[in-house]
Amino acid sequence: MAAAAERIGGLARGEDRSASAVWSWLTTVDHKRIGILYLFSSMIFFLFGGLEAFLMRLQLMRPDAHVVSFALFNQLFTMHGLTMIFLAVMPMSVGFINYMVPLLIGARDVAFPRLNALSFWLFLAGGLVLNSSWLLGGAPNAGWYNYAPINTGAVVHGVSLNPGSDTLGIDFYVIGLQLAGIGTLLSGINFVVTIINMRAPGMTPMRLPLFVWASLITSLIIVFAFPPFTINLVLLMIDRMFGTGFFDPARGGNALLWQQLFWVFGHPEVYILIMPAFGMISEVIPTFSRKPLFGYSSMVFALVVIAFMSFMVWSHHMFTVGMGPVVNSIFAATSMAIAVPTGVKIFNWLATMWGGRIRFTTSMLYAVAFIVCFVIGGMSGVMLAVPPADYQFNDSYFLVAHIHYVLIGGALMALFAAAYYWLPKITGRLLNERLGRWNFWLVFIGFNVTFFPMHFLGLMGMPRRVATYPANLGLGFWNTVSTVGVFILTAGIVVFLYNLKRSAQHGELAGPDPWDGRTLEWSLPSPVPEYNFAEIPLVRDRDPLFAEKVHGNGRLVPAQIAEAHAAEEHASAHPAGIHVPNPTILPFVVAVALTVTAFAAIFRVWPLAILGLLAAFFAIFRLMYDHDPGHYVQPEEGAR
Amino acid sequence: MSAPEVRTLEATPVGPYRLPTPAENTKLGIWVWLASDCALFAALIATYVSMHGHVGHAPTPQQLFDLPLTATATFVLLLSSLTMGLGLEAAQHGEHQRLMRWLVVTMILGLAFVGLQAVEFTTYVHRGLTPDASNFGASFFTLVGFHGLHVTFGVAWLLSIFIFVVRKGPLGPRDLWRLEAASLYWYFVDVVWVVIFTVVYLLGKVS
Repeated sequence: MAAAAERIGGLARGEDRSASAVWSWLTTVDHKRIGILYLFSSMIFFLFGGLEAFLMRLQLMRPDAHVVSFALFNQLFTMHGLTMIFLAVMPMSVGFINYMVPLLIGARDVAFPRLNALSFWLFLAGGLVLNSSWLLGGAPNAGWYNYAPINTGAVVHGVSLNPGSDTLGIDFYVIGLQLAGIGTLLSGINFVVTIINMRAPGMTPMRLPLFVWASLITSLIIVFAFPPFTINLVLLMIDRMFGTGFFDPARGGNALLWQQLFWVFGHPEVYILIMPAFGMISEVIPTFSRKPLFGYSSMVFALVVIAFMSFMVWSHHMFTVGMGPVVNSIFAATSMAIAVPTGVKIFNWLATMWGGRIRFTTSMLYAVAFIVCFVIGGMSGVMLAVPPADYQFNDSYFLVAHIHYVLIGGALMALFAAAYYWLPKITGRLLNERLGRWNFWLVFIGFNVTFFPMHFLGLMGMPRRVATYPANLGLGFWNTVSTVGVFILTAGIVVFLYNLKRSAQHGELAGPDPWDGRTLEWSLPSPVPEYNFAEIPLVRDRDPLFAEKVHGNGRLVPAQIAEAHAAEEHASAHPAGIHVPNPTILPFVVAVALTVTAFAAIFRVWPLAILGLLAAFFAIFRLMYDHDPGHYVQPEEGAR
Repeated sequence: MSAPEVRTLEATPVGPYRLPTPAENTKLGIWVWLASDCALFAALIATYVSMHGHVGHAPTPQQLFDLPLTATATFVLLLSSLTMGLGLEAAQHGEHQRLMRWLVVTMILGLAFVGLQAVEFTTYVHRGLTPDASNFGASFFTLVGFHGLHVTFGVAWLLSIFIFVVRKGPLGPRDLWRLEAASLYWYFVDVVWVVIFTVVYLLGKVS
């Protein structure tokens, strides 16, 4: 114990750097390693979420089936949604943002490296708290949007709307998502500051790679969208733990308040999921078309407009609750209007490919599939934005088809494209293209076989979130087709996992620039050294590396460094090397303390909850005031 | 297709580059955080506005609110903004003693505000307005209590700076940003109170 304390103290002071591998991951503040942590943990959560979906599709394959109990089915669809949205797709994007944004803007790290570590550990803590509910009394069961009053266990007219919620499941939802939400918010703040302040000289706003623009906009949406959700969770927590009635209509509360506050967050949230995907596609398509991105300025403008409008459409999730024709019409109009900037993006991607010398790598295949699937999802989205039609589509499988076309067909396809594009930079080894093709076609066909029939099922009247259906409704055929699709999709994911494993063991070495890239990260060795850039580059074009290849000598020009700071940033000017921050265990300690608080609050052990909070604040103040002297890394031979 | 024409890459005229200082990063970070905190309070205030009519059998705002007490608390909190500003000004001129005095005064004013709030809350509970008595009570205690927690955290933050200065010596120009960051937060919490005072207390008394 004393030895451990000694070790913690020593590491906080940066004395001991010959630490074990696990310890080095727990204490890392390097944006690249934190990015890898995000990617790895979100992949695990993704497999969990996939397993939940798999079980649901098995249950729905035949009418009147009993593969899982109805109570378990409710938990499965709730946790599937939560896991995929909060613990898989969003952190996977954050992982790529973490790894790539500093490289793309020519920086050595993010603005707040230790805050970055804290963000990750809080996300992981939230995810683990949420998933621990499976073992500790049952998972949340009221859907990912957890409508009131089902979420309060309130009794309305003598009937309990959710007898299951006297289990603890909803408490895990409330507490787990608050933890993960704090992490995401801190991440958002960090990346706004990083992108505004840390750009290399010459990297003017209108030269930022589009993925960086998308990251900035995503971060800003996070900053403004997460607070209403936090408040919603706090209100629900007070309702459940202290017996108030914010959402209980029987006591003068308002169940719709939950819906309003949820969707004020919830609709921007889907843009948090899709914006990084837009950015990734905008990097992949120009690279593999060997053309600059078409309509760069309009792409940036479209991103900004979509982000702004994402806060003005939330009530289209609530057309059927009875807000009246005026409100419905306004939100219908704003929702449909979002299709305009989105259309601008689609046409710009097509125009980028037009006349280009296209290389259909796996990454590019996924990027093209993204456009196809996302347009289908976008079209059904505009259909859903028509209120009279929405009265038919609402809560049917049509909606399930729509959301999966934009989240799998959109976000996930883009994440696969980004994986094949950027993982060689992260691991130093290429993924196998032959396996990649199997992976792509299995996923693409499996996805469409699974989800396209859901449009028909929805129009035939099958409601979402039902655990089974009678045989005489004629829903059996398309449900069976859909489940067959899941088997194909699963096979595709398994091929991807095998490809990852194979690449890690004996993948072809990627070299610094396997794709003949355009942007700064391809000027660096793969994997990227701890200090990123041996010399801070001068950015002279929107496609900096490509411009140097065509018009210069193919290498980036180092920037001129101010005299006063030369010692810190300019490698050749400082004999000791490049200054990098020291690792610290404190962010991990904060997350552990808050996890203790979380469980204490779930099980109503108030003294322990307060103790955990105090410990967390103590560690945060330590983080704020401990001076980090950092240490120096000598750039490798050959690195300029 | 012919090869693209080779052009000379002129650098945009940029001056010598230096990394942003912790001060520049932190202050921007605090501004972004406060922007998000605005959204937090906006959601809470909206909740209060939609809920405050549900008084049930519990006392109403008109019966409970004691404007002289709350006005005093408001005065105390706004005064603390002034003393915070004076402290910051002292720090900027390197006047160590004066900074420490104003820091202490600011913390005392902050604690006085939280204390008055505790008195107010206790009185209301004794007169029958518990958080679970009505939705007015629930939303009132949540909104005003949430702000009280913000003030309490602000005092803890100032205390941490006080301890930092005691341990590490006078606040030099390299560390001035620590105080500037805390002061931004402090002013923000005070400004939010002006909104809460107006929406909850003044409007509650007249409606």
